[in-house]
Amino acid sequence: MKHYLNAGYSVGSWLLTRDHKRIAILYLLSVTFFFFIGGAFATLVRLELMTPAGDLVISETYNKLFTMHGVAMIFFFLIPAIPTVIGNFLVPLMIGARDLAFPRLNLASWYLFTAAGLLALGSIIFGGVDTGWTFYTPYSTTYANTHVFLMAAAIFVAGFSSILTGLNFVVTIHKMRAPGLTWSRLPLFIWSTYATALLFVIATPVIGITLALIAIERLLSVGIFDPALGGDPLLFQHLFWFYSHPAVYIMVLPALGVVSELVATFSRKRIFGYGFVAGSSLAIAILGFLVWGHHMFVSGQSMYAGMIFSILSFLVAIPSSIKVLNWTATLYRGSISLRTPMLYAIGFMGLFTIGGLTGLFLATLGIDVHVTDTYFVVAHFHYIMVGGTVMAYMGALHYWWPKMTGRSYPEAWGKLSALIIFIGFNLTFFPQFILGYLGMPRRYHAYPEEFQVLNVLSTAGASILGVGYIFPMFYFIGSLFARKKIGDNPWGATGLEWRTSSPPPEDNFRETPVVTEEAYDFAKAEEPELP
Amino acid sequence: MIVPRKLTAAVFVALLALTGSSVGAAYLDLGVFNTILALAIAGVKASLVALYFMHLRYSSKLVWLFAGGSFFWLGILLALTLNDYLTR
Repeated sequence: MKHYLNAGYSVGSWLLTRDHKRIAILYLLSVTFFFFIGGAFATLVRLELMTPAGDLVISETYNKLFTMHGVAMIFFFLIPAIPTVIGNFLVPLMIGARDLAFPRLNLASWYLFTAAGLLALGSIIFGGVDTGWTFYTPYSTTYANTHVFLMAAAIFVAGFSSILTGLNFVVTIHKMRAPGLTWSRLPLFIWSTYATALLFVIATPVIGITLALIAIERLLSVGIFDPALGGDPLLFQHLFWFYSHPAVYIMVLPALGVVSELVATFSRKRIFGYGFVAGSSLAIAILGFLVWGHHMFVSGQSMYAGMIFSILSFLVAIPSSIKVLNWTATLYRGSISLRTPMLYAIGFMGLFTIGGLTGLFLATLGIDVHVTDTYFVVAHFHYIMVGGTVMAYMGALHYWWPKMTGRSYPEAWGKLSALIIFIGFNLTFFPQFILGYLGMPRRYHAYPEEFQVLNVLSTAGASILGVGYIFPMFYFIGSLFARKKIGDNPWGATGLEWRTSSPPPEDNFRETPVVTEEAYDFAKAEEPELP
Repeated sequence: MIVPRKLTAAVFVALLALTGSSVGAAYLDLGVFNTILALAIAGVKASLVALYFMHLRYSSKLVWLFAGGSFFWLGILLALTLNDYLTR
């Protein structure tokens, strides 16, 4: 049968495609590449921290390693991963559309992303950047002695890719929903992708403008961030975090949407409090703009501003906990099956909760002063970004792999790798909470001997985590060569994407679907094909 | 074509004239009003671009909502940043 994968085999049919599903696959390859680049830098960081002495690399090299780990992972994996791979593939399918509103713009987004990736790789190959992924002035201006400009250009271009993707999603979700698919019937992944798309459009321009201001200051000597010219370095931090804090929600909101889908399907129950879960995505997106100053409690910003940002930061906990509590309530008396995607979803719920609660510690001014720039912060945001976003991304890949490829992955291997990732993750990052609380600062390549045991545990955990990530790569690729095809709706899930064939045809649906019921109506759903 | 060519040309001339007035105003010593005047001129220019070059004047309410939303978010950026600068 004709579908999007066998519609053409030439390189041109891929590189000039306007099919959102093929563009999703292009993104899958791109972000996976950067995930392993970022992972390689993380490996070197953890190897250096095995011993208290800075003996593997010199401090300048270490500065570059953690910077490039952060840049590769944040800008080229975590921000794009779920929206551009899973979102690109699913948004039209879930709303019953034949493609995104602007298919050419979608392809242009991927080319911009690729151009940005090449600029970033160029910066890495020519010697790298040592400013930290935050590019704080004056590291990135007065005292810059690495390839800051090239990397800043890469992030500037990647930003445009994000903006265009966001714009495409917003217009598509507003204008191209199937007949009968009202806002209150939308799958929750669409709600969270919509909220993410708004963040892309509203927040991303500010990082572009901020990087442009750095260029203007350096080239034209206009005082913006440099006190010697009459500027203010804290202005950079304000502008940077106005984007970069919402960027955290760009990373985690799509993950929250994925988990809502997984919990509903594998409990075979409508999500508890649908309206609140959908609304909480928008609430997180809006509140996420009001809290950036919590990154600046010890920067010299006013005490009054610190208090305001502290209070506002606590508010984000409300919609976040609505989600976790409603997922838990959905599980209650549900018909739960612990398939691989569900293992990732349950892992997500625990790890995201730990990450979120430690975020409240950090939103508390007094505690934040104690643990600022320590490994406590590193552990906190890895629980959100890796324990949250990457777990959900892995869950999403397993859940929609049969739809994307028409093939199933080996379930036993799937469960094993989910378990390995969960154990490896906690062994890597839980010791870092203790290290940070005891006072180990981040971004140093040497540390006192009493911290060694916890650091060795963390490095051991990282190696287990690495194995957990490599397994799926092998069995996903292997599954493509399997003869046995899988049905169109192996999980017995609701949602329009399961009503079309696997893999979907080029135009997604042979007839435009009409929606007559609310989302997650499992009373009318098919029985799961897989046991 | 949504906007008549003559109107587009008139808006373009107005933008050039306003740019000239921005430069001119920079040579006057008005104290704090220098900044206020410069921002006011910039605001008028931005409005002309949004209304005519970006066709906002001829757009649906949904597009107005999104345009208004982006200005609201700009307001958040300014307000919470000044919340620091004005209380140091």
